[in-house]
Amino acid sequence: MYQFITGPLLWLTFIIFFGGLAFRVVWYIRGLDWRLDRVAYRAYPALGLKGALSSIIHWLIPYGSHGWRAKPLYTLVFFIFHAGLVVVPLFLAGHAVLLDERWGISWWPTISMALADTLTIGVMVTAVIILVRRLVLPEVRILTTFYDIFLILVSVAPFVTGFLVVHQVRDYTFWLYAHILSGELLLVLIPFTKLFHVVGFFLSRGQIGMDFGIKRAWKSRKGFAW
Amino acid sequence: MPEGTLCNRQPVTTKEQLDALLADKTGKIYYEEMQHLEVDTEKLAETLQATCKSRLRTWLEICAHCGLCADSCFFYLANGKDPTQVPAYKIQSTLGEIVRKNGQVDNAHMRYCMDVAWGKCTCCNRCGTFCPYGIDMGVMFSYLRGLCFSQGFVPWELKIGSGMHRIFRAQMDVTPEDFVETCEWMCEEQQDEWPGLEIPVDKVGADILYTCNAREPKHYPEDIAEAAILFHIAGEDWTVPSEGWDQTSLTMFAGDWEGARLQVEGIYKAIERLKPKRVLGTECGHAHRATVIEGPYWVGREDGRPPVPYLHYTEWVAEALRTGKLKIDPAKRIKEPVTLQDSCNYIRNYGLKEVTREIISYIVEPGYFVEMEPCKEYNFCCGGGGGLNGIGIYRQWRNIGFKVKRDQIKATGAKLVIAPCHNCWDAIRDMEEIYELGIRWSFLKPLLLKMVIIPEHLKPKEEAEEEEE
Repeated sequence: MYQFITGPLLWLTFIIFFGGLAFRVVWYIRGLDWRLDRVAYRAYPALGLKGALSSIIHWLIPYGSHGWRAKPLYTLVFFIFHAGLVVVPLFLAGHAVLLDERWGISWWPTISMALADTLTIGVMVTAVIILVRRLVLPEVRILTTFYDIFLILVSVAPFVTGFLVVHQVRDYTFWLYAHILSGELLLVLIPFTKLFHVVGFFLSRGQIGMDFGIKRAWKSRKGFAW
Repeated sequence: MPEGTLCNRQPVTTKEQLDALLADKTGKIYYEEMQHLEVDTEKLAETLQATCKSRLRTWLEICAHCGLCADSCFFYLANGKDPTQVPAYKIQSTLGEIVRKNGQVDNAHMRYCMDVAWGKCTCCNRCGTFCPYGIDMGVMFSYLRGLCFSQGFVPWELKIGSGMHRIFRAQMDVTPEDFVETCEWMCEEQQDEWPGLEIPVDKVGADILYTCNAREPKHYPEDIAEAAILFHIAGEDWTVPSEGWDQTSLTMFAGDWEGARLQVEGIYKAIERLKPKRVLGTECGHAHRATVIEGPYWVGREDGRPPVPYLHYTEWVAEALRTGKLKIDPAKRIKEPVTLQDSCNYIRNYGLKEVTREIISYIVEPGYFVEMEPCKEYNFCCGGGGGLNGIGIYRQWRNIGFKVKRDQIKATGAKLVIAPCHNCWDAIRDMEEIYELGIRWSFLKPLLLKMVIIPEHLKPKEEAEEEEE
């Protein structure tokens, strides 16, 4: 069982994950239309690139944009949540061991267990805050669907199960398998749900950055302030 | 009844159709007919297929439902944080529904879409600047307006406006002859005070071709006179076109994409015909948006720019002050608390925030200018943009929306609001009528005329002699 879910099933997961995301990127870029979008993408590559990068970078940095600064608490929660989601799976020592065993990659950087635990707890706590916020604030509740809640649960499941595995609760094997399978489920779902924002964020922000860089803020000396 | 005689899917293209609509005062029959207007779902699906591409579909799909856009919307704030005014909710429950159902929607849904697209959104694009993904709901609502228009679900006034543009190439029934006559009349009126004042019509090769808003010849002809006097003082070589002179676009507000293209083509034809070095538009926000920012795309210009540089009036004023073509008498600068209304169309959507502040630095005594909070690209819509000022059925909704701008102005303590945009100017006038803040509001032209230094040789003879004695 372990061999299967960390072998062929994992390969299948990666193929779907990377293939699906690649399809998303190609579909998005091919669907951009200078006339319908009313952005002269090709005519001003330099302005477009500058606008896109500026837009992406300002929104990747905590409090780096006017929008993030307008909501300081939410921004804090948001960045703790996402930092854990990205850093822990990629740089966990336990995952690096797999890389070494299977593919002989021994140079992969890792983070300490203490940091991994902190970030994981951060993900779980902020997920609860985000869920509560969804249900409590009327302006968010009106937008919330079961789909939104499902996606949060799916995203957090590998962290909860992984945390239990690492801290050696009872039923180790059960939780280990649950961790691996929930992680694979998450990766498979990403391209098919709005979780595809792992690439979609960069595409969408890049596009609006080009829109402002080329067209809507090109007259301003400083460009858009984001 | 699939289609009404007044409310139908066909745009107005003849004088008879236009008169029939105008005869239906306040659109009583028109809206009655709309209750029964059938949705051509097949055509709607085809339109989606052809025009709703990856950017819009991704925006609708990727929205995280986080609600961060809520506070960016003045309608949401002015309506006591009503959740149904959250921009993401407004777009998901309208356009989102149409896209999810691939156009299979009914009459009631299209009427709901119309109410939201025109009565709860001015397409100010402020929400887009607060969304972490950069989802611009203003852009989506203008797209939705296009879908609504193509199905005949458009406010009565804008159906008329679109028809005016298609028939007269102007938003009001002003013909080229009427326009030229108004220019001549304004010129004659001013001769005593401004001997030699000219409004050159159709001069080929001028430095500046001036385009305006049809309201000016129709209702405020003195605005044209003021523009002429300022050009006269600045010594500009300028002209107006007899055709292609109206820069506005109710067609854009109406979602009449085809009509919007025709309107801009008329202006670009005048540019080709008269070959000016530059074109300059009047103090209007949406006219600039239509002709300079979006227009190039409607007519299919791949460089996304008009045929020759096309300035907003504020750009010319700043340049004239900077280069000394217009000189301000320091004693006559504004010496009272004054604030500035940033027009969404050329500040947030064109980047002229620095230019407008530069003008302020010349015309306001230091220490008297107070910024609104927020301002520049984050400024709130005046409350009447996107055509909302002109739509009768949403008047009450608009007046509630005014509260945000009212409180912004109040907080500055200013008694004078400079509003270099027709829509903002109207909105602030109406707001004052309702909420009685005790403020005044003004375009730049009359303010400049009060404080500009008039060169000796332009003064009337007697006056110049009197001064010599």
